[in-house]
Amino acid sequence: MSDSHQQAAPPGLEMIGLALRYEGQTLFEGLNLTAEAGRCTALLGASGVGKTTLLRIAAGLAVPETGHVRASDGLPLTGRVTWMGQQDLLYPWARVLENVTIGSRLRGQRADKPRALKLLDAVGLHGREGALPKELSGGMRQRVALARTLYEDRPVVLMDEPFSALDAITRAAMQELAARLLAGRTMLLITHDPLEACRLGHSLYVLAGKPARLGPALIVPGTPPRAPDDDALLHTQGELLRALLDGQTA
Amino acid sequence: MKHLQNALRPAGTVFGLLVLWWGLARFSGIPAFLLPGPGAVARVLVTQSGFLFQNMLVTLVEIGLGLGFGTLFGALLALVMVFSRGLQRWLLPLLLLSQAVPVFALAPLLVLWLGFGLASKVLLTVLVIFFPVTAAFYDGLRRTEPGWLDLAQTMGASRLSMLLHVRLMAALPAFGAGLRIAASIAPIGAILGEWAGASEGLGYIMLNANARMQTDVMFAALVLLAVLTVLLWVAVDMLLKKLLHWAPDH
Repeated sequence: MSDSHQQAAPPGLEMIGLALRYEGQTLFEGLNLTAEAGRCTALLGASGVGKTTLLRIAAGLAVPETGHVRASDGLPLTGRVTWMGQQDLLYPWARVLENVTIGSRLRGQRADKPRALKLLDAVGLHGREGALPKELSGGMRQRVALARTLYEDRPVVLMDEPFSALDAITRAAMQELAARLLAGRTMLLITHDPLEACRLGHSLYVLAGKPARLGPALIVPGTPPRAPDDDALLHTQGELLRALLDGQTA
Repeated sequence: MKHLQNALRPAGTVFGLLVLWWGLARFSGIPAFLLPGPGAVARVLVTQSGFLFQNMLVTLVEIGLGLGFGTLFGALLALVMVFSRGLQRWLLPLLLLSQAVPVFALAPLLVLWLGFGLASKVLLTVLVIFFPVTAAFYDGLRRTEPGWLDLAQTMGASRLSMLLHVRLMAALPAFGAGLRIAASIAPIGAILGEWAGASEGLGYIMLNANARMQTDVMFAALVLLAVLTVLLWVAVDMLLKKLLHWAPDH
């Protein structure tokens, strides 16, 4: 894989003074969050706290009432961000290879098929490039979605609970694969699963309260993907769960 | 075995109806000039097969052309309405108005304007079928899975590219549903046109036979029309199944 973007250092992602109201309720206000360059920042919180909206703002899919999102190197973010949603979002009419290269087609560019095939190899789907999404299992579909994200080859990756629909074993395998293949990029990961955050994140934040506030950063020692039975991980996971529970009662 | 069963079931239904028909004609005391038996109708179908087939072909061409143009027109209308909000505001009332006037009321007028030939029948068929096609396709185009559009947006797709590569494809199953309805009601337009004024076609034969109390000929034309409609529906259904093989519920 020749990754032009990765050779140039990826920028950090800075969200400054974000405010958002939904149906008269303030979801968050004056929210600042920085996803450090080349590292994975995990954001946790209960459902409905505004995590998904925050990520949509970072992806340019939603507009905050106040505040803005910028890259730490001062250059525009356009074309440097890729987004993975809660579902695999494969287009059911397109075969696996077409789904991986769909970004090229949507931008009116030529698809780089050899690179797409290499990426399918990397996610363990060698020989399945001609399959339709409906012929694949949930785990395989999520692998295609990961290959599609890698094909976009952007330095900043936003992930919105990308593995939440998978069973525990498939999820653990996907976490390892994603951490390995996306290493070195600036990642902002949203999850409600403390174990997932601890396995993949360099620094973890909890978003809680009404309006929602960010807690202090939790730093997990070691490099992702961490083993699920790692001592430091288990300790941080406990700490994280407590912070989440405190957030619920606050 | 399953195929055989699937083929035998409708055949059984048809046979049952034939027996019922035969019994009613034979034992109810209804005179033959009001209700001819299946035997008399079958005799007409055989002895006048050339004449009947020729007229069936005329009606088939009217229906086919009407279905083709109507589908094209209906689909284009839906696309235009989705792509331009301004045009949609003008077209939607016009569309509803076109359905407020019964096609039955328009038939004599169209025959007067376009003559006894093919054109008036094709136009009537178009008028009958374009609305279900437009309504179904337009609905499908507006109800694209939001995640699919979000993904395309983060990949830098233009509005046109999103319409062509995502919304259009996603709306095809809905379009197919509209087309199935269109195929089953298309004969209404052609027959209506033939009733209002024609020199050939199954509708013309029925009207003529009716005036001469040739009820058996009328029934023969009716049987052919029913066969034609069923065959048309089956052909459209098979084509759609082939085109939409990727859809998860196929």
